[in-house]
Amino acid sequence: MALAELVQYVATGLLVGGVYALMSIGLALIFGVMRVVNFAQGDFMMLGMYLTYFYAISGSIDPLLGALLTIPPFFVLGWIVHRGLLARVTGGGDPQRQMDAQLVLTLGLSLVITNATTMILTPTPLGIRTGYATQAFALGPVLLNQARSYAFAMALVLAAAVYVFLTRTDLGKALRASADDPEAASYQGIDVRAMHGLAFGIGIALVAAAGGLLATYYPIEPTVAGNFIVLMFVAVVLGGLGSIPGAFVGGLVIGLVQSLTLLVLPFQLQNTGVFIVFLLVLYLRPQGLFGRRARTV
Amino acid sequence: MASRTRGWLAIAAVVATGLLLTFAVQERYHHRVLTLVFLWAAMGLAWNIISGYAGQISFGHQVFFGIGAYVTVLLVVKAGLTPWVGMVVAVGVAVLAAVLIGIPTFRLAGIYFGLATLAYPLIFRIVMDWLGYQEVAIPMKREQPGWFMQFNEPRSFDLLALGVLAATLALSRVIETSRLGYRLRAIRENEQAAEAMGVDSFRCKMAAYMLSAAPAAVVGAVYIHAILFIVTPEAVFGLLVISQTLVVSLVGGAGTLWGPLIGAALMVPVSEILDTTVGDRLPGIQGVVYGAALMLIMLYAPEGLYWRVRQAVRSRAGRGGEAARSVIVAPPADEAVASVATQTVLLQVRGVSKAFIGLQALSDVSFDVREREILGVIGPNGAGKTTLFNVLNGFLIPDRGEVRFLGQPVTGLRPSMLCARGVGRTFQVVRTFPHLTVLENVMVGAFARDAAVSRAGAAAMAALARVALADRAEAFPGGLTTLELRLMELARCLATAPRLVLLDEPLAGLSADGIDVMIAMIRRVRAGGVTVVIIEHTMQALLRLADRLIVLDQGRRLAEGAPGQVTQDPGVIEAYLGKRWLARLAAR
Repeated sequence: MALAELVQYVATGLLVGGVYALMSIGLALIFGVMRVVNFAQGDFMMLGMYLTYFYAISGSIDPLLGALLTIPPFFVLGWIVHRGLLARVTGGGDPQRQMDAQLVLTLGLSLVITNATTMILTPTPLGIRTGYATQAFALGPVLLNQARSYAFAMALVLAAAVYVFLTRTDLGKALRASADDPEAASYQGIDVRAMHGLAFGIGIALVAAAGGLLATYYPIEPTVAGNFIVLMFVAVVLGGLGSIPGAFVGGLVIGLVQSLTLLVLPFQLQNTGVFIVFLLVLYLRPQGLFGRRARTV
Repeated sequence: MASRTRGWLAIAAVVATGLLLTFAVQERYHHRVLTLVFLWAAMGLAWNIISGYAGQISFGHQVFFGIGAYVTVLLVVKAGLTPWVGMVVAVGVAVLAAVLIGIPTFRLAGIYFGLATLAYPLIFRIVMDWLGYQEVAIPMKREQPGWFMQFNEPRSFDLLALGVLAATLALSRVIETSRLGYRLRAIRENEQAAEAMGVDSFRCKMAAYMLSAAPAAVVGAVYIHAILFIVTPEAVFGLLVISQTLVVSLVGGAGTLWGPLIGAALMVPVSEILDTTVGDRLPGIQGVVYGAALMLIMLYAPEGLYWRVRQAVRSRAGRGGEAARSVIVAPPADEAVASVATQTVLLQVRGVSKAFIGLQALSDVSFDVREREILGVIGPNGAGKTTLFNVLNGFLIPDRGEVRFLGQPVTGLRPSMLCARGVGRTFQVVRTFPHLTVLENVMVGAFARDAAVSRAGAAAMAALARVALADRAEAFPGGLTTLELRLMELARCLATAPRLVLLDEPLAGLSADGIDVMIAMIRRVRAGGVTVVIIEHTMQALLRLADRLIVLDQGRRLAEGAPGQVTQDPGVIEAYLGKRWLARLAAR
C-alpha cells in the first residue's frame, strides 16, 4: 500500500476525530463532575444539528458560525434539564443505584427527544448546502475535505477554550474541585449543585456545537444520535471515565480507528473496529488510558 | 412453609387469569395486545434475573432476544427445521453467548459493566447486516402451520406466549426461593460482604446471566413468529427492544417477579392503544410514551410500583406500633474460660508486605495464630490493621510473603474460597445487605455450609440466638442499633461455621454496656471452639479480652506477646503516646 494512501486515511480519521473529541469532552465533563452517564448526549447533538440547520435556512447563517450560536441556548437548556430532572434524583442513597437511576432517566429523555423530533420534524433527512462541503485542500497527494477541516479547527479551538476555562479561571477550578471531592468543595463554600448545573449546561452546549459542526458534512435526521452516542461512550471510556484530556484523545483515536478499519474491513463493518477497541480497553484497562484506578475495601 | 405455597398459588392465579382473558377476548387486535403483554412480561422477567436480583444492569439484553429470533428463523429458512426444535437450539446458542460475553464482562463492575453490555447488540447488528441478513422473512408453510408455529388462530399465539410467561415465572420463582436467589440479592446489596460470606460472585452472576439468556431467546423466537414475521437487525437488536424491556421491568419494579408482570400489564396496552389510535399521524408516539414512563418512574418511584405499593401497605399495617424490643444484656460469664488456646498453629503469616501507590501499608509482617486463642491486633490509625485483614481474607493479594491456613498456602485465594475453608470476617463499618431481613442477612452466611433454604434458615436462626438477636430476625438492618448491627454481622459470620474469625473493630461506636455485651459474646464464640483475631485501637478493651497482642505501627510488627508484657514495651508506648511520655515514664 502506498504511504500516501495511509497518510490520507490517517488525516481523514483525525479530521473526523476532532469533532468526536469535542462531543466527547462534553460527555466526560458531565460524568467527571456529576457522575452521570448521559444517554441523551447524542440527542442534544441532534438538536444542535437542527438548530444550526434552522439558522442556515431562516437566517442564512453559515453553519460554522451557527454551531457557535447553538452554545448559549443549549447551555440554558442543559441547566434547565439539570434543575428539572437530574437534580431530583441526585443525592442520598446508594451511589451505584443512583447512577443507574440517572442513566435510566437520561435513556428515557433520549427516547422522548428522538421520537418527539420524529413526530414534529418528520424522519426525512435534511442537509445544509455549503460551498466548502465538496471542496478539498490539497496537501501534496493528500486531500483534506474543507468542511471537515474547518469543523476540525473549530473543534480544537472550542476544546482549548474549555481547557483554559477549567484550568485558569476560578469558576473552572471550583468546577474541578466539586468533581474531585463534592463534600470538601461544599465546605469551601462552593455551591456543588450549581456546579453540576454548570457542568451539565457546558456539556450539552459543547455537544450541540459539535453537532452544528457535524451538520456541515453529515445528514441531519432525528435518529442520528444512535450513530454517535456509542462513539462518545467509547471515546470517554477510552480516555478514562471523566477525564477531559482523555476524552479528547479518545475522540481522535475513535476517528482514526474508524478510518483505518476501512483499510482492512468492508464499509458496513467500519464500527466493529471501534467496538472491538472499546471492549479491549474495558477488559484490559477499564480505568482508560488516562484514568487512575481507585478501589477501596 | 405457608408462604411457599402462597407464591405458587399466586403464579397459578396469574396463569389462570391469562387463560381466562385468552378465551374471553374475541377480536384479533385484542389477541395481539394480549400476546404482547405476555411476551414483554416474560422478557422483563428474563432481564430481571441478572439485573433485578443480581443488580447487574444490562443495557444489552436484547442480544439474546435477537439471537433467539435469528437462530430460529435461519434454521427454518436454511434447513427447514421446525421452530419448536429451532427454539431449543437458539436457547443453546444464547446460553453459550452468555458464557462468552460473561467471562470478560463480569470482570467489570458497576457502570463499566452496563456500558460494555451496550456494545454486544451493536456488534451483532453490524455483523448481521454484513452477512446479508438485513431482512429474513419466515417462509410460509401452508401444509403444516402448527408444526412451523404459523397459527391461523390468534388464540394459539396467546397460549404459546402465556406458556412462555408461565415458564419464566416458574423459573423466577425457583431462583427467588433458592440459595442462588439469596446470593444474587446479597451480591446486589454488597458484593464484598457477599464474597466474604462465601459467595463466589463471579459464578453466581454467570449462572444468573445464563438463566436470563435462555428465556430471552425463547421470547425472541416466539415474538418473530407471532408479531413480526420478518427479522431485521434493527427490530431485534435495536434500542427499542431494550427500552421496552427496561420500561416493563422498572415501572413494575425490579428484583421481584411481580414487577415485570405489573409493568407489562400496564405499559403494553397503553402504548398499543396509542399506536393504533394516533400512531399513523404521530409515528414515534410509542417511543415518547416509553421514554416519559422511564423518566417519571425514576423521578417519582425509582424502586418501581410493586415496591412502592408494598411499602405503603406495610407502613399502614405496621402503624400499630413496634413489638417491644428486649434489651440485650451480656450473657453469663460462666463460659468465659480463662485461656483455652492450644499450641496448634491455625494461621501462619510469613513476611507479608503490601504497598499502595506511595504507601507501604504492610512491610514484612510475620506472626502465628494458635487454635482457640483470642489474638488482638492493635496499632494507631493507619498502622495497617485493616490492610492486614484484607490480605488474610483474600480481598488483597500481598506483594510478598505467604499466608498458610491449616498448613495450606492460601495466599491469593478469593474471599469466598477462604470462607469455605473456614475464615470468617466482619467489617470496620458494618456491611449489611440492607434490603434483606436480619434473618436473610445471616442466611447468606449459612448458605456457605448448606444449600437447602430450610436448613440454612434454621442455622441462621441458631446463629442469631447465639448472639441474643433472635427476636429481631424479621427486622431490616436499617432499624437496628449499632450494637444490634455488630451482633448481626457477628452472627452472619458465625453462620458460615468458621474456624477462625477476623473481627475488624467490633467495639467501635458501642456504649460501655454495649462493649460489655460484645466482649462477652466474643468470649462465648471462642468458648465454642472458634479462634478469634480482633482489631482494636482502644487498648483498654483488648487488655480485658485478648490472650496475646500484636502491635502494628506504620505497617511493621512492633511487638508481640501477652497484654501485660506488650504494654510495658517502650516501643509500644512511644508509638502510642510519643517520645515525651516515654521520657517522663523513665524519669519517674
